[in-house]
Amino acid sequence: MKLTCIVCPRGCEMEVEKKNGQWTVTGNECKRGETYALQEARNPLRILTTSLPVTGGDYEMVSVKTAQPIPKGMISEALKVLRDKTLAAPIEMGQTIVPDIAGTGVDLVATRQVQSLDI
Amino acid sequence: MIKEVDIAVIGGGPAGLAAALAAREAGVEDILILERETHLGGILNQCIHNGFGLHRFNEELTGPEYAYRFAEKVKDAGIPYLTEAMVLSITGDKMIYAIHPQEGLMHIRAGAIILAMGCRERPRGAILIPGERPSGVYTAGMAQKLTNMQGYMPGREIVILGSGDIGLIMARRLTWEGADVKMVCEIMPYSSGLARNVHQCLHDYDIPLRLSHTVTAIHGRERLEAVTVSEVDKNLKPIPGTEEVVPCDCLLLSVGLIPENELSHEIGIEMDPVTGGALVDEGRQTSVPGVFACGNVLHVHDLVDYVSEEAEIAARSAAAYSKGKKEGKKAVPVSPGKGVRYVLPQRVAGTEPTELYFRSRDVYRGGRVEVLAADTVIKSRKVIKLAPGEMERIRLSENDLKAIHEAGGAEVRWVAEEETK
Amino acid sequence: MYDVIIIGAGVIGAATARELSRFRLRTAVLEAKADVAMGSSGANSAIVHAGYDATPGTAMARTNVAGNRLYDTWREELNIPFTRNGSLVLAFSEEDMDTLEELHRQGVQNGVEGQRILSGEEARGMEPALSEDIIGALYEPMGGITSPYQVTVALMENAAHNGVDVYLEHPVTEIKKEENAFIIQTPLGDFHTKLIVNCAGVQADSIARMAGDDSFSIIPRRGEYCLYDKREGEDVAHTLFQPPGKMGKGILVTPTVDGNLLTGPTARDIEDKDDTATTDIGIGEVLIKSAMSVPGLNRRGVIRTFAGLRAQASTGDFILGESKAVPGLIHGAGICSPGLSAAPAIGRELAAEVCRLLPCADKPDFDPVREAIPNFRESDWETREKLIREDPRYGRIVCRCESVTEAEIAAALHRPLPARTLDAIKRRTRAGMGRCQGGFCTPRIMEIIERELHIPILEQTKKGGLSKIVTGRIKGGQFHD
Repeated sequence: MKLTCIVCPRGCEMEVEKKNGQWTVTGNECKRGETYALQEARNPLRILTTSLPVTGGDYEMVSVKTAQPIPKGMISEALKVLRDKTLAAPIEMGQTIVPDIAGTGVDLVATRQVQSLDI
Repeated sequence: MIKEVDIAVIGGGPAGLAAALAAREAGVEDILILERETHLGGILNQCIHNGFGLHRFNEELTGPEYAYRFAEKVKDAGIPYLTEAMVLSITGDKMIYAIHPQEGLMHIRAGAIILAMGCRERPRGAILIPGERPSGVYTAGMAQKLTNMQGYMPGREIVILGSGDIGLIMARRLTWEGADVKMVCEIMPYSSGLARNVHQCLHDYDIPLRLSHTVTAIHGRERLEAVTVSEVDKNLKPIPGTEEVVPCDCLLLSVGLIPENELSHEIGIEMDPVTGGALVDEGRQTSVPGVFACGNVLHVHDLVDYVSEEAEIAARSAAAYSKGKKEGKKAVPVSPGKGVRYVLPQRVAGTEPTELYFRSRDVYRGGRVEVLAADTVIKSRKVIKLAPGEMERIRLSENDLKAIHEAGGAEVRWVAEEETK
Repeated sequence: MYDVIIIGAGVIGAATARELSRFRLRTAVLEAKADVAMGSSGANSAIVHAGYDATPGTAMARTNVAGNRLYDTWREELNIPFTRNGSLVLAFSEEDMDTLEELHRQGVQNGVEGQRILSGEEARGMEPALSEDIIGALYEPMGGITSPYQVTVALMENAAHNGVDVYLEHPVTEIKKEENAFIIQTPLGDFHTKLIVNCAGVQADSIARMAGDDSFSIIPRRGEYCLYDKREGEDVAHTLFQPPGKMGKGILVTPTVDGNLLTGPTARDIEDKDDTATTDIGIGEVLIKSAMSVPGLNRRGVIRTFAGLRAQASTGDFILGESKAVPGLIHGAGICSPGLSAAPAIGRELAAEVCRLLPCADKPDFDPVREAIPNFRESDWETREKLIREDPRYGRIVCRCESVTEAEIAAALHRPLPARTLDAIKRRTRAGMGRCQGGFCTPRIMEIIERELHIPILEQTKKGGLSKIVTGRIKGGQFHD
């Protein structure tokens, strides 16, 4: 697979291939690029960030993220878990919203503090 | 209600929060942050994606998390702030007129003012896209607010104009919510967003990036139905015959940010037509003594980490001013030269080491960035790559600044590989 | 059963409704769109012409001059914005100077007062931003500027306040004539009326034909405009006209009554009566031609482009009065320029025509005054302080560009005339008309509409019909790989 390195501004055009069970990276100018390319080829990871509706809070939505990057291919599974999910205030910053989301071993946590609106 | 305050900070976003904290740290007690929203945090509150704070905290935070750290510190330090306060007017003698639902009309006489109002987005009208005027045409930032703060989708079939980071981030955000993002058009031959966002927002989802393309017509009388996309030539003019009608119900515009300087114009501050913000010295003081500017209201930043740093610079100067230390030194100009679109600060008054921030005019590979004082290169740095969408910095030492003062000014330029031989 | 039904809620329909509300008549207005002033009355040059440009002896000339004079009364009674800023018709050549002389003569004939011809130097003395190429100008102090949609809203609010029923989103699909009445059919029900006043703008010929009168046709003439930031609005004080031609008054450069700068319109006859799209060519024409009058215009100052249609009657003049073919059908048709200027006079003439056909007894409690919503932006600091103290919602700015507060938006949602869309709020309060064009305030306005009128955000529209703002709720994750 071909990819542009994003580790530094040089933006090396790299190519990653698997030959005889061995991964090879070409086009990189440094080790960091090689590491990045291998990760992207073997198991690309991404942090999922999204927002969920909240009831009774001083915000309508709470922003959330996976506490660590998860496999890119698991994003749609993780999002499925969140479909139609609504939360209730109060929510603390960093509070676990969904532990071990979609079996990734990574928690989905709140990235916004939502206080209760006393009406 | 008339109040006096040593330092008034206009805006409680990342710039204003960092400035207030730094002013307190520099020993100023009497500070007031005036923020128009219901919460502190500014635009970061709706930037729920990660990528903030890599330089500052060595962590990848989301916007709200970055803002939270500063807001909590402000609250813990007991720095006074007022939310839902809108500053409507500032006079040349630093009298602030603001309104607040409970406080009513507030007159605040400030010893020093730090402007941190951020910026707004360029709307459709400003780029004169012809066609009908249906619903469904929004700036990317407004769509971001609709999705991340209120919980609504702006559309189901999306075309995005502008490959700046806001547009790229929204491409991914809306894809994750089940929308079909058909393409991102970019009028320039290069993307103005971070390479990482092009990769993680577009490539990951096979969203085409059409460089040298723009939207040339909007169709749909009540709701958007389609847009016409055309290729442009090197003068950015649409090429006849390249039109393609793309059905969609939402067009997001990410076509430029404009520093929000209405208040600055009123104070009578000298402005820089290139940055859209004030002309400042290295302490971020504007042409009106005691009025400082930082963050996006001064020049549009790419990294919030730099915003915080700049705010701290402005705050330290404001604190010094507030304590009675008024600079008497004559400032000399720092100008953009070949290949450089702007340099900030636009003038330097002192000789304490400082950073020059600048943006290139185009994408350049190789070559060198040089700082000249009276035709002598006093500073030089090798370039791997420069892009207009990536703000750069170059540090000036005390000696560099002395040379600049002696020469009566400086210039920052980029020279190509061959020219350095 | 109504005595009179007015079809069309533009400025002419609204003026007529307001005049008729002086009498003890059962009067209604039927409007196809979601608000008043959504047709020509919402997209025009906003000029109250003095009347030198109309051909003497025409209905245009008669009503223009009379109407212009009545705007002062409208300002007092209806609290609408109106300023006599004066106009200059510019001459670039000797031929143009001859045209100015002709206009001058025509003006005198029409009863216009105060005009005089200036030299190029005098003109530039009055208006420093003018081009050096200008060799003379016709100055007319009676020319003014107003806000055509605010005028229409004010008229219709006053009419509603005085008992007129206003039906929005009621397009007329058929008109049947019975013995002494008409049956007007709409998708939301039938209406019976003795008289019809046809103020249907570009659709006036269709309405006439429905009732059995095919004596005229309406050709829509589209005009495109560029609107500039208020900063540019400070550069020009008078309304600047180029010499008029076959297709109309030409491209003008004028401050608006709100402080922006407006340039345009182009003039192109089109077929599609719903086509208000701007075009690349049209915008280009406006930019190039306006620069002839004011060379210093900065294109970067444009905040919005738009287009509007003028209803040109095939007869070449306004069609005012009872139809010859269909008794009881009164026309207020073919109202292109100077329609806005003539509106006060046309309203009176059409009302007089109704009173010729029906007994009209005065309504003793007719209230000519329409109070405007207290305007935060226009108030001084003392008034602003008072407003906030009395209603804290005046202390919350919603539209930052135009300084429109939450109190004004909430008030606009509870006036005698319904306002349910974003554009309706925009027309009444100016929220969304500033340099950010609604980028900041739109989400807030939607929250206010939801709270005040209980219309869920999901259902709110920009301008009625299919123009919903959002397409659904965020449900947390709908993505399919």
